[in-house]
Amino acid sequence: MITTEIIAFGIAKDILKQKKILCQSPSGKISEIRQKLIADYPEFERLSSLKFAVETRYVSDDYVVKSREIVVLIPPVSGG
Amino acid sequence: MDAVALHTTALPTTAIEAFVSTPTSGGIVIFVGTVRNQTRNKAVQHLFFEAYQPMALSEMKKIVEAAKTQWPLHKIAIHHRLGNVAIGEAAVVIACSSAHRQAAFEACAYAINTLKETVPIWKKEFFEDGEVWVAAHP
Repeated sequence: MITTEIIAFGIAKDILKQKKILCQSPSGKISEIRQKLIADYPEFERLSSLKFAVETRYVSDDYVVKSREIVVLIPPVSGG
Repeated sequence: MDAVALHTTALPTTAIEAFVSTPTSGGIVIFVGTVRNQTRNKAVQHLFFEAYQPMALSEMKKIVEAAKTQWPLHKIAIHHRLGNVAIGEAAVVIACSSAHRQAAFEACAYAINTLKETVPIWKKEFFEDGEVWVAAHP
């Protein structure tokens, strides 16, 4: 299992009830991390969208997180 | 002044206009997004903005570069407010200058529309009886 550090903002932080969590997944693929988060926190499924970023870039569900990379949860943005 | 920035105090609209002004510009378009006192017929007390700052700045820079590629702009600036913002205050200021007005109008509209879709900034509305993250749920 791969352990990934995840940082959350906005409503994602409220759902996790914390700013940072560690997430275990078989290979560190974003799709696996997404599944695990939804399983542990079903409220994520009610969001309009849930995107992922690695460092400061959006990544797709097939991205595999490299060691020491930090994953950021991006719930629906609402700037402006 | 930087072309993109996040501010925890009132946005310097006049300075942002001066930043994009050039002697060859025939038009400056400034969009100021302000905080309304109500949403869906419910009174709003104030807003709170949170950002994933390094990525928000990076996505704002991408908008600046994309706009410069698509329109003949002289300058463009995107500034956003963070933290608590009161009714009537500016939450975002976007300014574009160009030789002729059409490019500045179009680029300014593109910039605010794209910001609302891609820039990791989140807005929370505060009501008398609670608070809600905007657009979080369908």
